[in-house]
Amino acid sequence: MSKIIPIGPYHPLQEEPELFKLYCDGEVVKDIKWETGYNHRGIEKLSESKTFDQAFFLVERICGICSTSHPFAFANCMDEIAGVEIPDRAKYIRSIIGELERIHSHLLWVGLAGHFLGYNTVFMWAWKYREPVLDLFEMITGNRNSYAMFKIGGVRRDIENEKFPKIKEILNYVKKKTDLLTGAVMDDPVIHARTKGVGILTKEDIISYGAVGPTARASDVAIDVRRDDPYAAYPMVNWKVITAKGCDVFAKAEVRLLEMYESISIIEQCLDGMKKTKEGDIETKVKEVPAGWGTGHAEAPRGEVFHFVVTNGSSYPVRHKVRAPSYVNIATFKKSCVGQTITDATISLAAVDPCYCCTERMAYAYDCNTKDMILNGEEILKLSHRKTEEIRKQL
Amino acid sequence: MDESAGYYCDCFDIFWVLKFKKLGFKEFCFKKSLFLFHFGGASCNNCDIEILDCLTPRYDVERFGMQLVGSVRHADVLLVNGSINKKDKPRLLEIYNQAPKPIIVVAIGACGCTGGIFAEGNTFAGPVDKIIPVDAYIPGCPPKPEAILAGIVKLLSK
Repeated sequence: MSKIIPIGPYHPLQEEPELFKLYCDGEVVKDIKWETGYNHRGIEKLSESKTFDQAFFLVERICGICSTSHPFAFANCMDEIAGVEIPDRAKYIRSIIGELERIHSHLLWVGLAGHFLGYNTVFMWAWKYREPVLDLFEMITGNRNSYAMFKIGGVRRDIENEKFPKIKEILNYVKKKTDLLTGAVMDDPVIHARTKGVGILTKEDIISYGAVGPTARASDVAIDVRRDDPYAAYPMVNWKVITAKGCDVFAKAEVRLLEMYESISIIEQCLDGMKKTKEGDIETKVKEVPAGWGTGHAEAPRGEVFHFVVTNGSSYPVRHKVRAPSYVNIATFKKSCVGQTITDATISLAAVDPCYCCTERMAYAYDCNTKDMILNGEEILKLSHRKTEEIRKQL
Repeated sequence: MDESAGYYCDCFDIFWVLKFKKLGFKEFCFKKSLFLFHFGGASCNNCDIEILDCLTPRYDVERFGMQLVGSVRHADVLLVNGSINKKDKPRLLEIYNQAPKPIIVVAIGACGCTGGIFAEGNTFAGPVDKIIPVDAYIPGCPPKPEAILAGIVKLLSK
């Protein structure tokens, strides 16, 4: 006899609405089911009613935390359809914004993970040291979140050369504080005890579930779009893909903390590279977008973001498909949570840094055993109406 | 009137105290530390993280005695952000009905105030003020933590 423990949908542990049902036998989790849809906004459909310039603001609001990775992937996609090569300065700016976002997202995750473990000091510290990064965003783009920097063929705003010393100064500060955080997390015996051997995802699990991002890299699967299919300024700078062999929650924390150093190094190299380019040369003018289709992807802080757009020569997309990293990462809960105690389930859930507002989509449920479509109330009504009409015709 | 009698009345005869201290009922309820409950609708997470940001050291809303609580039954203020979709609507109503009255409802962000960019979506079920009464609107996409703080403090001094 298993008991069901619900987490959510509006739970103080989570900032987003989603419902987990843990089927427990005593303290041990036997099965897990999750229910989403509380966050569905119909973005793919909305996108078809927006012009390409407006769609950037829409895809930015798919997710607030990774609000650059979606426009990044969409911009890559649109550049491919329009067939433009963007100027070097725009490439550098795109990479800088992308990497700054990675730093702030990983700091956010470290804080939340600390909060889930009962380490509120880590939560407060990490969020305190995240503030300078947001200040940097405000200085460069004018907003703390939702930066509105991307457009087809380049970026909207330039980063002036006189801002570089200030950016480097803030990055140095963040680096120092990351050292402190890394030290605090890596040396703490309690964090070791709580996270080592918890939420294990082996290399085979990762490959069979198709997980991406830091979740995969923590299990020694070196997958990173920035290296595998280079875009923006990533081929022009030196950096390496961080992997860990631990497969557990601790390894995921390790990967994220070390990735922040790589991000800081990438930004510094980008700033040096930008000095060689002409100030103000930030976009290639695109007059019209031809008919066709294109794909674009970008490495978000959580993994690969994938956008697919079909155009017909007008200024509206005909079809816009989004695939967010959490969509594949969430499925690994089945492996990482089952067989553990409830106390470890929360940190295992948090370890993949799930983002439900990216993931929400409309889907038909299909039962593999009975070959039945699972329908909602409206569809059953529709079917019933159709049957009545058919009978009426026959009479 | 000595202090101990005042405490006695605080607990057992609120209306007597209200008369004695010349306070309105609402004023009396929101006189001390406010407890906040956060309801995230179908949002993009930006407002959620800015609300959490208010609790962290730079903005530190706890110096005004405010605190996020786990259940709406303990709350004085209900923060609602994000557009409300069809699945959220009955749950928002239920949470509002569970809340102890009087409660201050604050709609945060462009989506909370009007539906924002998602108002044309096929799952949109109306902005917050069409579903439950709203006391304050904090616009912005997302509003800065300073704006959220300013809004709530303004409500307090009203």
